[in-house]
Amino acid sequence: MTRVVIIGAGPAGLAAAAAAGRVARVTVIDDNTEAGGQIWRRTRNAWTIEHPGVETKFQARVIAATQADVTIETPDSCERLPFDKLILATGARELFLPFPGWTLPQVTGAGGLQALVKSGLNIQGKSVVVAGTGPLLLAVAAYLKSKGATIPLIAEQAPAARVNRFARSLLSHPGKLWQGARLKARLLGVPYRTDCWVESAEPGMLRLRTPGGSGSQPFDYLAIGYGLWPNTELAQLAGCRLSNGFVEVDAAQRTSIPNIYCAGEPTGIGGVDMALAEGRIAGCHATGQPTPPLPNRAFVQALTTTFALRPEVRAVATADTIVCRCEDVPLSRIQSCQGWREAKLQTRCGMGPCQGRICGPAIQTILGWPHQSIREPVFPARIESLLT
Amino acid sequence: MAADAIVIGAGIVGAACADELARCGLKVLIVEAGEIGGGATAAGMGHIVVMDDSEAEFALTHYSARLWEELADELPSGAEYTAAGTLWVAADDEEMAEVRRKHSFYAQRGVRTEILDAQDLEQAEPNLRKGLAGALFVPADAIVYPPRVAAFLVECACRNGARLERGRRIHNMAELANATALIVNATGASAPALSPGLDIQPRKGHLLITDRYPGFVRHQLVELGYLKSAHSIDEDSVAFNVQPRQTGQVLIGSSRQYGSSDPAIEHRMMKRMLERAALYMPSIGRLSAIRGWTGFRASTPGKLPYIGRSPRQPNVWIASGHEGLGITTSLATAKLLADQILNRQPAIPLEPYAPNG
Repeated sequence: MTRVVIIGAGPAGLAAAAAAGRVARVTVIDDNTEAGGQIWRRTRNAWTIEHPGVETKFQARVIAATQADVTIETPDSCERLPFDKLILATGARELFLPFPGWTLPQVTGAGGLQALVKSGLNIQGKSVVVAGTGPLLLAVAAYLKSKGATIPLIAEQAPAARVNRFARSLLSHPGKLWQGARLKARLLGVPYRTDCWVESAEPGMLRLRTPGGSGSQPFDYLAIGYGLWPNTELAQLAGCRLSNGFVEVDAAQRTSIPNIYCAGEPTGIGGVDMALAEGRIAGCHATGQPTPPLPNRAFVQALTTTFALRPEVRAVATADTIVCRCEDVPLSRIQSCQGWREAKLQTRCGMGPCQGRICGPAIQTILGWPHQSIREPVFPARIESLLT
Repeated sequence: MAADAIVIGAGIVGAACADELARCGLKVLIVEAGEIGGGATAAGMGHIVVMDDSEAEFALTHYSARLWEELADELPSGAEYTAAGTLWVAADDEEMAEVRRKHSFYAQRGVRTEILDAQDLEQAEPNLRKGLAGALFVPADAIVYPPRVAAFLVECACRNGARLERGRRIHNMAELANATALIVNATGASAPALSPGLDIQPRKGHLLITDRYPGFVRHQLVELGYLKSAHSIDEDSVAFNVQPRQTGQVLIGSSRQYGSSDPAIEHRMMKRMLERAALYMPSIGRLSAIRGWTGFRASTPGKLPYIGRSPRQPNVWIASGHEGLGITTSLATAKLLADQILNRQPAIPLEPYAPNG
């Protein structure tokens, strides 16, 4: 029987597991305590796989990958899992763009605050400003509102014209339109402002910008998200080719390495429906089953163009804004270098425990420097795990 | 500006040479293909250590260590200069005999050391395994962050009129044929590419660094078995060699391999190296590793760097081949090279470091 290892139990990984589990021995690995992925965890009951062919390993983190096995670390063990086919469904993380005040404890990622509330943070009666870009802001705002938060403002950096065009284009995607309509109903009375972004934060008070002016906004929490950044590190470690920052795949979701597949956000930020479809394709093809057709990517393209970052947002960090939080490196010191490697060597930027996962995308967005090479351990790992 | 001296390579050795020559009034041009301190300088541990394998090695490392002490106050904080001292760890009675031999060797040459017995060692480094025999403590040895020091030395050189040309790779000395300047080949393991015949081999090493655990290790710890294993020429070897960084991180070494030019991390070597570390410090296994890397030392058959005029290329001076001691000996290398160029009286005899081939 074919041994399939799937990394990630979000929508893409679960769809792949459901498809592959029909005919193969499948192991799904995720570093969270439960399935569903970063955004969709605990949103519906369907995020369970009850198939005899599928085994799940939670709180398991892949620290190394070759073209024949992966090394996984759990809180108290470490093992190597050999595979015939590997499906990478590693999802995406939030893009954080540093601005003065972004390191305040009241400032979190949009998805990050949602995750905190899911794991017990009480936001009943708190005033939460949701800012950044993309449809995720609406979903996060609706969720936070349902948990008792007051949402005084959703600040969307994209221009009104582009957002309206995007909204009209949903008419040709009935499913998305329905999702949108439901969100709208849940967000009734919440101010939604386009052409608006956060310039800085002080405890209790935000400074907001629009193309024509600026203003202040009191807040208890700021949930800010500038979109998603693909988790391509494992694919890179295994030797898969990237193009434009995403893992290159063919119509069957195969990467440049023959027995490694990739599905969902690492191949292009496309949202849950695209992830589900790609996961099914990968799961089927990896196990020799007929593959369903590839969905239309028009919606993905529309998302990308609509919510492209405006130059003012890329320039919101000032000289003394900390960009690398692990090593406390301000933007001015990074800017005095000629590239990533020099910045690492001379300022220690990106050398901390996050391994550049936060500052890397920020610096690429602000300064245009592509990120560094990937080496094992791809996540921080216990030394004893490296001895296996 | 016509340069008097062109230094190729802005690793710590090239940077130190440029600084010294510029200080002496020469017009210096520094040519670096990549980043300042981006080669072996970035890969190494940054351990400033007085060694005793041979009289010539002692003379060079001791001379250089004193120069480091003089420079320490001028270094920027990012250079992380820390006089942590070295503990040469003895596992058994045989290695304890080596501790005593080293103690008297250093004492005869004016280097203060202390012999630690098993109990002293346990107190000095509680995370070492119990039952070790003792150690030799060399208090004056130090630790630095080498890439920042290299950049500092280049800055010093530039304040004395040197010019830095980055992003230019010299493939052949003929590219500098019109130059009337003297040329310093400070390209480390790559030096034979520019100075054919120079006997330098790359010797690959692995290192791994952890998250921050302040106090877990207090001194640079080196096993005395290091002396035996580091000298085996044909076989791959590992040794227990652990260092506290100023950040609280623990830097773990070391491995030595010949005949490999692939910079990829080799799981096999990394594993052997970490097993060795865990043998001496069992609790190290629970620490979180955040980054591993490799580098290439420039090794010579005589275990000493080449510091002097090239026997084959007129106008070319060699400052390469420092193996694992390039950080320690960079400052003395610069002095000795400048002594020869400017016909000054050197502080130590030059003959052992004459370029070969």
